[in-house]
Amino acid sequence: MKISLTVNGAQRAFDVHPGDTLLEVLRREGYKGVKKGCGAGDCGACAVLLDGRAVNSCLVLAGKADGSEVLTIEGLSKDGALHPLQEAFLDEGAVQCGYCTPGMIIASLDLLTHHPDPNEEEIREGIAGNLCRCTGYTKELRAIQAAAEKMREARHG
Amino acid sequence: MTLIGAGVPRPDAADKVRGEARFVDDLAFPGMLHARVIRSPIPHGRILRVDLSRVATHPRVHCTVTPDDVPGENVVHVIYDDQPALASDVVRYVGEPVALLAAEDRESAREAETLARVDYEALPAVSDPLEALRPGAPVVAVPAAAEGRDESPNLFNRMRLVKGDVKRGFAEADVIVEGEYRTGYQEHAYLETQGAIAVPEEQGAITIYGSLQCPFYVQGAVAKVLGLPLAKVRVVQTATGGAFGGKEDVPSQVASLAALLAWKARRAVKLVYDREEDVLTTSKRHPSVVRYKSGAKKDGTLTAIEVDFVYNAGAYQTLSSAVLWRGLLTAAGPYRVPNVGIDGRSVATHTVPNGAFRGFGSPQVIFAHESQMDSLAERLGMDRLEIRRRNALRVGDETACGQKLKESVGVLETIERARELSRWEDRLRAVAAFNASHPHRRRGVGVSSVLYGVGLGAKSPFLDKAGAYLKLEADGSVTLAVGTVEMGQGLTAALSQIACDALGIRIDRLQLTPVDTTRVPDSGPTVASRGTLMSGLAVLDAVKKLRARILDASNGLGIPEEEIPARLNEIARSFFLRNLDPAVEGWAHAEPVDWDPETGLGNPYFVYSYATHVAEVEVDLTTGEISLEDCVAVHDSGKILNQGTASGQVEGGIVQGLGFAVTEEIAEKDGRLKVKGFTTYRIPTIRDAPPSPTVEFVEALYSPGPFGAKGLGEVPLMAAHAAIARAIAHAIGKAVSAYPLSPERVRQALAS
Repeated sequence: MKISLTVNGAQRAFDVHPGDTLLEVLRREGYKGVKKGCGAGDCGACAVLLDGRAVNSCLVLAGKADGSEVLTIEGLSKDGALHPLQEAFLDEGAVQCGYCTPGMIIASLDLLTHHPDPNEEEIREGIAGNLCRCTGYTKELRAIQAAAEKMREARHG
Repeated sequence: MTLIGAGVPRPDAADKVRGEARFVDDLAFPGMLHARVIRSPIPHGRILRVDLSRVATHPRVHCTVTPDDVPGENVVHVIYDDQPALASDVVRYVGEPVALLAAEDRESAREAETLARVDYEALPAVSDPLEALRPGAPVVAVPAAAEGRDESPNLFNRMRLVKGDVKRGFAEADVIVEGEYRTGYQEHAYLETQGAIAVPEEQGAITIYGSLQCPFYVQGAVAKVLGLPLAKVRVVQTATGGAFGGKEDVPSQVASLAALLAWKARRAVKLVYDREEDVLTTSKRHPSVVRYKSGAKKDGTLTAIEVDFVYNAGAYQTLSSAVLWRGLLTAAGPYRVPNVGIDGRSVATHTVPNGAFRGFGSPQVIFAHESQMDSLAERLGMDRLEIRRRNALRVGDETACGQKLKESVGVLETIERARELSRWEDRLRAVAAFNASHPHRRRGVGVSSVLYGVGLGAKSPFLDKAGAYLKLEADGSVTLAVGTVEMGQGLTAALSQIACDALGIRIDRLQLTPVDTTRVPDSGPTVASRGTLMSGLAVLDAVKKLRARILDASNGLGIPEEEIPARLNEIARSFFLRNLDPAVEGWAHAEPVDWDPETGLGNPYFVYSYATHVAEVEVDLTTGEISLEDCVAVHDSGKILNQGTASGQVEGGIVQGLGFAVTEEIAEKDGRLKVKGFTTYRIPTIRDAPPSPTVEFVEALYSPGPFGAKGLGEVPLMAAHAAIARAIAHAIGKAVSAYPLSPERVRQALAS
């Protein structure tokens, strides 16, 4: 079957099998920044924004996403400039092995889009579905706080 | 010296936040096939028949592999070579590879796997190490791999350490405490599963791309299974999504399987494990049973310890002998103990082979030795931090194995600093007040101190070396090649800092060569918290040689020394124009070590790192649930080269230690692991992590190390889990003797 997706701003048509997950289709089509960590919705490494909300793309059937807008980690930086979240992850040293990082950043983007000024508890809630085995989450928490501040400043000009 | 000790950003991080780092599953090669492994469903049995005829009829299957197709030796080469690449007559654990297939796509490979038919004659199995030692137990071990076969056919290794007179030591003690401690499996749970791609090359060579810690181990294993000279096997490390020891020996197996298929298919073959497959069939931390007897005088001075510990090694040796050895040499802790008797055994069972995991055989005995210290303190009415302080090793002391410590012993400082940073006495009072006013909740504070022998030590001194190729490019930029790997720990940053600092160049003027066995020097494995220390020394050696050449050239050009960094491009150009050799090779080898297997005494490690952690937990008395409220972590790893990556290692180790002590559990029944990926194996999330851990480094410099650095990577986990366990015991006022301290176990302890 054929589906149409707008991925990182570009509308594209994909041939998919009925059982294909969105994760499989995206990776097959070259969006390798979307990571498979478990294939069961437990780890969040495959998170993408689907019509503006973070989902585990391993749990979404590609067919069900037909007509949707998808944002992957590759679509986050604009003209080579990093998104404030990406910058904050670098500045705060929140990246170690980097395998969970794309999903973690996408989940954080969802959080900060809907809660521009989250408290610590809300951040914890927001990325509780994203496993990281390296960092202990301390620097990720700080990075999300720093990015939130930057994004608020940008918004208020 | 401006870059050393600073929080220099990691050179590898930018690609990772853009999603552009290429992990093994992100790579593809023309005509690449996808592999599946046909595995044993039973823990022990004789293979009667392997029928792959239906597999072969699948239209998308390209080829299958059985033991008959192995061109070299049918082994996964680690230490003992007892593990076959593919089981040919007997299977010894659930998940053991029996045959392989490669198909045009992943889905077809999966379909075809179900068409394989293997008939077994089930044989009696044993999964408990103590049962496996009993006379008449089913035999697991291949005889040649059972060093202790005269005693029991399943005794892989037995190691002892005897110093002083234990009997006399206990006679001199005012109090003696005994305990038995058990720990379960811990799964590495690196976010990226195991994977490798094998690509046949021209002239009978092969290239392996893989997620791995030890490129030269993989090179050796693939050469052996294919019957090739080492020169024909090239191993390229891809971006590695966490390892923690789990990618020390297992990639040798994964790469060997991929290589066997690629060799037969004459096409590239990718083998990437599913999460469930990874959890069920790859190594884990050895489950343990540890018995301890400790004696001390009234003032807390230790007089003797006696330790008996047993590790469940699983079906094959892999790294268990080395794991056991580190357990033996860690069991006395960072304390002066005059009379010591330690007896360790690693035992074969019909379970998945266990291997390296951060701490490498030490966390199991640390849980025990720190519990014993608290028991002694309790019996003596002494403060728990104080008893550790009184016994802490100092410069000039002897370790339990008789090693005289010449320098760089910071354990006392870690204890004293942990006392200050945790506001120990105030905290104990605050916790008591909290408990008095909360009938259904209890808080507790725990402390643990640890020592860690840095590097591979006297078990394999020939591996403790490292090289560095350094080249001045014609524009003054610099290329550096080292054979230890980045796997998230921050090695790229630390080595770049060392080289750039010494050459006076910016970090972005240096490029590390991707780790590829044909382009980097064999630097031994990236394990044992040795990467920064050993490769750092090799880089310094290379830099020294290159600087001498740069000085010569700058003299010829009339460039004063202080202008060299700014005018390096001119100097480099002159190398080019005058046909000077711009490439140097640095080399480092560890300081000499020695160890006597008869007595267990000697100088097994060239230096030790230390840490003291204080943890505060809250226990819900109704549910048994635990939350880690705070943690203070003080480390002596010598000079810290990069504060950012170092504190990241510590924060991550705390949370991984929390998982080991509290949340992570794999039940095992009749040789079958009851686990389904992350759904049932619960590693800590951000909700479990402490809100704001305090991390500090005291720096007892190690003079031969790079700028005085020792090693750090494993130590945070080693200290964290025990501090958390001791905090839980303090909170509930009951003994805790088995990990994980799940809600169920805590409720049982409360009811006891």
